[in-house]
Amino acid sequence: MTHQPFVILTVLAYLASLGLYLNFLYTGKELTGRLATTLMFLGLVVHYVALLLRAKGTHTVPYHDLQGSMSLFGWLLAVTYLCLEIYHRQRTVGPFVLPIILAFLGAAFLIPPAHSAAVQNLPHGVVFALHVTLSILAYAAFALSCVLSLIYLGEERLLKIRRLGDVVWRLPPLELLERMSHTSVLVGLATIAVGTALGFVAVDRLPQQQTYFDPKYLVTLVVMALYVVYFQLARTASWRGARASKLCVFNFALVILSFTVVNLYFSQHHRYF
Amino acid sequence: MEIVLVGLNFRTAPVEVRERVSFSHEQALRAAEELRSQGILEETLVLSTCNRSEVYGVNPGMNRESANALSAYLSSFHKVRPDQLNPSLYHHYDHDVVRHLFRVSAGLDSMLLGEAEILGQVRDAYLRAHEGHATGPVLNRLFQAALEIGKRVRAETELGTRPMGVASAGMKLAERIFGKLSDRSALVLGAGTISEQVVSQLRDRSIKNLYLSNRSREKAEEFAKQYDGRVMEWGDWDNSLKQPDVIVSAVGVQEPLLTKPLIERAMSARGNRALFLMDLGLPRNVDPTVANLYNVYVYTMDDLTEIVEQNRAARKSEVPKAEALIEEHVGKFISWQASVELIGVLDILRGSMRERRSAFLKEKLEGINHFTPQDREHIGTLMDELIEKLLIVPAERLRSEKELRKKIQNVEAIRALYLSDREKP
Repeated sequence: MTHQPFVILTVLAYLASLGLYLNFLYTGKELTGRLATTLMFLGLVVHYVALLLRAKGTHTVPYHDLQGSMSLFGWLLAVTYLCLEIYHRQRTVGPFVLPIILAFLGAAFLIPPAHSAAVQNLPHGVVFALHVTLSILAYAAFALSCVLSLIYLGEERLLKIRRLGDVVWRLPPLELLERMSHTSVLVGLATIAVGTALGFVAVDRLPQQQTYFDPKYLVTLVVMALYVVYFQLARTASWRGARASKLCVFNFALVILSFTVVNLYFSQHHRYF
Repeated sequence: MEIVLVGLNFRTAPVEVRERVSFSHEQALRAAEELRSQGILEETLVLSTCNRSEVYGVNPGMNRESANALSAYLSSFHKVRPDQLNPSLYHHYDHDVVRHLFRVSAGLDSMLLGEAEILGQVRDAYLRAHEGHATGPVLNRLFQAALEIGKRVRAETELGTRPMGVASAGMKLAERIFGKLSDRSALVLGAGTISEQVVSQLRDRSIKNLYLSNRSREKAEEFAKQYDGRVMEWGDWDNSLKQPDVIVSAVGVQEPLLTKPLIERAMSARGNRALFLMDLGLPRNVDPTVANLYNVYVYTMDDLTEIVEQNRAARKSEVPKAEALIEEHVGKFISWQASVELIGVLDILRGSMRERRSAFLKEKLEGINHFTPQDREHIGTLMDELIEKLLIVPAERLRSEKELRKKIQNVEAIRALYLSDREKP
């Protein structure tokens, strides 16, 4: 069975969910919000089936090429968001996260196969699979913290200039946005740390021992360091609030850089993750 | 005519009259008991809030004269002369009572459009009357439907979501910044009416620490005692301002009381944690440049008034949606009421037809001599069966078919068509 119909179903479910989330943001109707969450969950399940069928079809893991890697990122972002929504009981972030998920999914779907060449000679095994999955999960968590920080900055600005409109009343309080962002960064930091460690273990297990330098190592260390700095600064007097949120957005710009430019043009072993 | 309402509210009566005609819980129960024992009403419920006093009742024989008896009872119960009371009273009957009550519980008939408190007051009044056995099947159904529509309007429209007072708008804004205020601190400067409104809102939100400060320490202490707050020394700003997350200032000053250097020092002492300042004084109590400080949010009386005005307009735009929901529920209630009444009418009709059947047979079979008594009895039984089929089948359909109940709106016509005055309930 081909995965394409499931990709289309996933996009449709996410689109319907986005429509409902937007409606919930403007009307505040609880039932609409619940339906949006339910549809997102359904989209998540169908997305998983699509990933599974694609992996079976290509006899490889999703992160073997750019298409699969981006789709996996979208799925993990959706998982991370849903966990955060359930944990904080806050639905109004959904309309801001879903466009990113859809953008990644759409981009993965539209990339010509020639630009999504599979990486040759990828290591195998559970440790390596965990290394990649956890790394992409970290990127998803950082993406979520970036979205939350952007919402924080927008809401904070509107509150400062006293232009509230209809939507501000329904957005999460600033304090909650900060906490949600911290939670996301914490998840991202923990997963990237464990993922990176597992990456070294996977390399160590390779049959032919080789020592090499991959620029990805350095960029990942910088990303981790910057998020640790964010985590610390966000609690200090002079940085808490909008400044910390701006730093969080900046950090994610670096993550994007790592995920795109560094992976595609500098790294030999981390093309798509 | 079955359901009646006699009452007054803030639109029809000045506060002096409303005060005199209000019911305590005990009085409401006593009035309900007396109205039933005097045969004025079979079911009764008294709804009394600061803005309205209304007596809802059910009596199958209710007419405008008996509604007047209810007005007279109200007059004598509260010892208010009829000529003083009657101009303020309104009378509603049947469908209008249903519509009125649904609008009340939805907050459409409130002084503050869409206010939430009224729904709780309707629920409490109903529960007390129900426990006191003052209500019966009609009022039980009516008030349960009213509570349902009240909840539905609040869930499906934005009528109750936006703050309508300056104090509550300020609190909602504070919640936009801090989330729940139950683990926050607030300082209120001044002890006037506006400060009192704010303190009441803060207490409603279970503010953790409430600090109060006023030029007159005595007044501040009195205020603090009333609202379980702590008094802060007036003028000791460096100490007073470092703790609270919300500061409300409503004092009369010529120069701004909270200046930029003062707030800068406070922010430094509180580690730049967000600070929400509500400036409700005129002239302004907070230096406008304070708004430029990092993590400080300043809202003046004008800002809050503008928000309230926007919310008022937004709430008004939700009224048609709420009215549509109400009409839907009025229709449902009327159908239910009509079906119950129709089943009653069918029962009476069956009894009446059986009675007529005996006279009819006696008259028609009198000249026919070849019928044995058994034949006559058999004809009687067949006619009984016909009556049963004609009347029981519709009654059963009415009980089981929801759509059919919706179609029935006017039982009076059937009653008038088939029953003589003597047979009408």
